[in-house]
Amino acid sequence: MNGIHDMGGMHGFGPVEPEADEPLFHAPWESRVLAMTLAMAGWGRWNIDASRFARESAPPELYLRSTYYERWLEGLCKLMVERGLLTEEELAKGHPAPGTEKATPPVAAERVPAILRSGGPTERSLEAQPRYRIGEQVRTRNIHPEGHTRLPRYARGKTGEIAMLHGGHVFPDSNAHFAGEAPQPLYSVSFDAKELWGPEAAFDGAVHIDLWESYLEPA
Amino acid sequence: MTADSEKQERADHESGHDHGHQHVPSDTALRVKALESLLVEKGLVDPAALDAFIDYYEHEVGPRNGAKVVARAWTDPEFRAWLMKDATAAVASLGYMGRQGEHLVAVENTPQTHNLVVCTLCSCYPWSVLGLPPVWYKSDAYRAKAVIDPRGTLRDFGLELGPEVEIKVWDSTAEIRYLVIPERPAGSEGLSEEALADLVSRDAMIGTAKAALGGDAAS
Repeated sequence: MNGIHDMGGMHGFGPVEPEADEPLFHAPWESRVLAMTLAMAGWGRWNIDASRFARESAPPELYLRSTYYERWLEGLCKLMVERGLLTEEELAKGHPAPGTEKATPPVAAERVPAILRSGGPTERSLEAQPRYRIGEQVRTRNIHPEGHTRLPRYARGKTGEIAMLHGGHVFPDSNAHFAGEAPQPLYSVSFDAKELWGPEAAFDGAVHIDLWESYLEPA
Repeated sequence: MTADSEKQERADHESGHDHGHQHVPSDTALRVKALESLLVEKGLVDPAALDAFIDYYEHEVGPRNGAKVVARAWTDPEFRAWLMKDATAAVASLGYMGRQGEHLVAVENTPQTHNLVVCTLCSCYPWSVLGLPPVWYKSDAYRAKAVIDPRGTLRDFGLELGPEVEIKVWDSTAEIRYLVIPERPAGSEGLSEEALADLVSRDAMIGTAKAALGGDAAS
């Protein structure tokens, strides 16, 4: 989607402001939001791409005024309701609907380190050979899907060079909408700064972007 | 004040975290507390598991992991070659693996090339080697600016690169996580691997700082 989350190249946010001796969390609730998000993933009702889509489809004005963990909180509530783990009414009232049988949490404390240490690899074997080779010129498609995509706006319709092949990976545009993992070859594509930002580009160099094969066409 | 810092300040203020004498919980803090009670009451999460998730990110992972990887690469040419070829396996051999580090690529700074990592679409970051990302990495300003004006972005961190240095920006649009291997500082010959790890800050492994003798190292 052409969402507010797609920020590469936008102006107006001012300088980056690193914080000295930054704490891991700025308030205890931030750590609870992180933990609830990770724990609720244990229900297997959504995947990381659906999580990202839930966050980025917040209304733009809400997204902009929210901090990182506020965005996570909104996304988590949206997913829990959409995927049938909570109702809007339960969220509003703060209690389970009358007569609800208490569930058993899928993630017990002692399993947490093992879950985090195994993570969620997205590499998959592919039936077909990758279409492009390292060094080959490609052009990104000029597409504007309303659903989830990982092809940033600033890199659409641009010519670049295949720099790496990362193997086959789950395709977020499909997986975010529960339409299957549909793995595709994933490439690191190198774009010259002038190709992305024009002859007046602010730097000499390149931006490397990880792009799935169906985002690309031969240049 | 920029939009990002204003947002964080509001969140901190509402959490009673800025002036020390303001301890009224924010709307967000209350909302998060209510949500956690609801999830526990419904049996959707185990509160001990939530604590375990937080404990893991407070104690098990952090930039010290990445600093050890860099120090090993500086002192062991065979490890360095392995890291550049298959960072996931090389880093796993030191015991660092898992969530948001399932597929790693190491990129090396040289006198001619400087690498900088960003995620313009959300906040992808190599948690397994660097821990949770700092606020600035997740800020709208960094996500917007790093790809269009990396030199200006580095100046926000007080880092000025010579005009001869080519910049490579890595936009983490997929599940590949990038770890910058900074240049080993001159004058560090003869230091032990452990002392070398002390020279490697979190920011040096994102690309917004250099490793330096007496630098602000990862802890």
